[in-house]
Amino acid sequence: MATLEIHDLHVSVNTEGGPEQILRGVDLTVKQGETHAIMGPNGSGKSTLAYSLAGHPKYTITGGTVTLDGEDVLEMSVDERARAGLFLAMQYPVEVPGVSVSNFLRTAATATRGEAPKLRTWVKEVKEAMARLQMDPSFAERNVNEGFSGGEKKRHEILQLELLQPKIAVLDETDSGLDVDALRVVSEGVNRVREGGDVGTLLITHYTRILRYIKPDQVHVFAKGRIAESGGAELADKLEAEGYEQYVKGGTST
Amino acid sequence: MAEAQNPPAGANTSGSIAVAGESTVATRMSAAPSFDVADFPVPHGREEEWRFTPLDRLKGLHDGSAEASGSVKAEISAPDEVTVESVGREDARLGRAGAPIDRVAAQAYSSFERATVVTVPKEAVLDEPIRVGLHGQGGVTYGHTVFELKQFAEAVIVIDHTGDTVRSANVEFVLGDGAKLTVVSVQDWDDTAVHCSQHNALVGRDATFKSVVVTFGGDLVRLNPRVSYTGPGGEAELYGLFFTDNGQHQEHRLLVDHDTPNCRSNVAYKGALQGADAHAVWIGDVIIRKDAAGTDTYELNRNLVLTDGARVDSVPNLEIETGEIVGAGHASATGRFEDEQLFYLMSRGISADEARRLVVRGFFAELVQQIGLPDLQERLIAKIDAELEASVA
Repeated sequence: MATLEIHDLHVSVNTEGGPEQILRGVDLTVKQGETHAIMGPNGSGKSTLAYSLAGHPKYTITGGTVTLDGEDVLEMSVDERARAGLFLAMQYPVEVPGVSVSNFLRTAATATRGEAPKLRTWVKEVKEAMARLQMDPSFAERNVNEGFSGGEKKRHEILQLELLQPKIAVLDETDSGLDVDALRVVSEGVNRVREGGDVGTLLITHYTRILRYIKPDQVHVFAKGRIAESGGAELADKLEAEGYEQYVKGGTST
Repeated sequence: MAEAQNPPAGANTSGSIAVAGESTVATRMSAAPSFDVADFPVPHGREEEWRFTPLDRLKGLHDGSAEASGSVKAEISAPDEVTVESVGREDARLGRAGAPIDRVAAQAYSSFERATVVTVPKEAVLDEPIRVGLHGQGGVTYGHTVFELKQFAEAVIVIDHTGDTVRSANVEFVLGDGAKLTVVSVQDWDDTAVHCSQHNALVGRDATFKSVVVTFGGDLVRLNPRVSYTGPGGEAELYGLFFTDNGQHQEHRLLVDHDTPNCRSNVAYKGALQGADAHAVWIGDVIIRKDAAGTDTYELNRNLVLTDGARVDSVPNLEIETGEIVGAGHASATGRFEDEQLFYLMSRGISADEARRLVVRGFFAELVQQIGLPDLQERLIAKIDAELEASVA
């Protein structure tokens, strides 16, 4: 069973004024089939955690370990992490002019599966996945993220999640900027992947709204670069009622 | 209608639009066009037309020291109705499309011994391309070739340059009234080759000239594709793509001379660069002369810098001597393959090299799709793939 183990993770980011410590000792274990929600105020380091796991060069690991099934993730390059089974659905996916969605998806599937998918079944697979996400077939011929609306970008991220079938999926504020209809479509996509039981999900969000569609097994409150409190789904209800104030003001961080 | 975007570091783009009574394109040159090499001073490198070119890498083509010493293996295949002749220097059909504009081109004209004249007869519509293979076998070579399409003839010409040589060779395309020519020139030289060539096209009344220049190889490649018109209704489309690698210098200097009313031109060149000291130069000159009312012209250059250390100089120039035109514009922009794009693709399991190939293939494919000949497009994409497999790994 796939397990992502994050232990005492410290991460800094390079800024003009020198390195700035963002993560200050994160401990978290995500197992296949589980869904963990990470909630927290702006600037608490949620996205830094997501991008550090994926290996973004902007972030420097200053301490701690991350393993996937015992393998050292921090030693891997960005593409190796993805091939090992890590997936990051980005909050702001970038445009890649000149590269069509269909070409991109096939190249990514070839890389993560280790061989090119058979063309016939692949075309059908993509078509069906797009239809489930209510994406127009013409979408496949557009350039990656070029001119996409916010909702289209998020659907495209979840389309990749469905096609690439990772072991661990990190969803970075996938709900932000979505209207209710788009949120429902995107959440249904995530749930289809979760129902397969093969993926461990780390759902990063600022709002509790998405948790009405995607039920977490555990909720973690992130504040000042570490997990301040963990609990079941009921913790989200508490946050809904009380907000993050106590975590921001309180002395949970040293 | 000019658009000039600010490029990032490592690139230089400066465009200008001049509205003037006298052409600065002509006055910028250090000598008037001439068939005789003696009419040109030896360049020292600060002249407008030479300032981007590393003269020492021309191996003497520019200063008279490069004597013909080598050979190029030439293979021409053409449908039966086409005439292929080897002719002497005095043949009246040589030099009609324009005189050499710089010393290296004049050196070629003064040095070749035999020229090749390829003629497609009146109203002949070729169902197979004319194929020319030029394989350099070392040493210095000079050459001259004329392709003539008589009235209403239609042809596709594919010229492949491979192997190693230090070469200056000019090519003329003479299009009769209503003729349609597509010419593809592929510079797939070894990385040691030097190649300079002036391509002069003379476009007849209602004729259509389409040029596709593909430059991948060579240590130094410097091409001057030029177009002028002999009657109204002429159309010229000039496409180019280049992949400038480690240490290569690839220079494309275009001129479209609108001296005749109601003609069209469209120029689109795209280049990708990678590696230390990769240097690409693109000069796009368009002149709309006083008598060329009804002209419609646009030129575009896009460059994609894949790695640090590469440099692009992109200079579009548009000179307008009449206001009675349909349209005139230019655009030049150089962009970088951004770290964020690389991260995004790699986060989907795609290796850094594959990510670069993917982006460059897409970048070029947009241009290839404009060319409009499906057979040719497929072959070009295959060529691009082969180049990317070899050089981005």
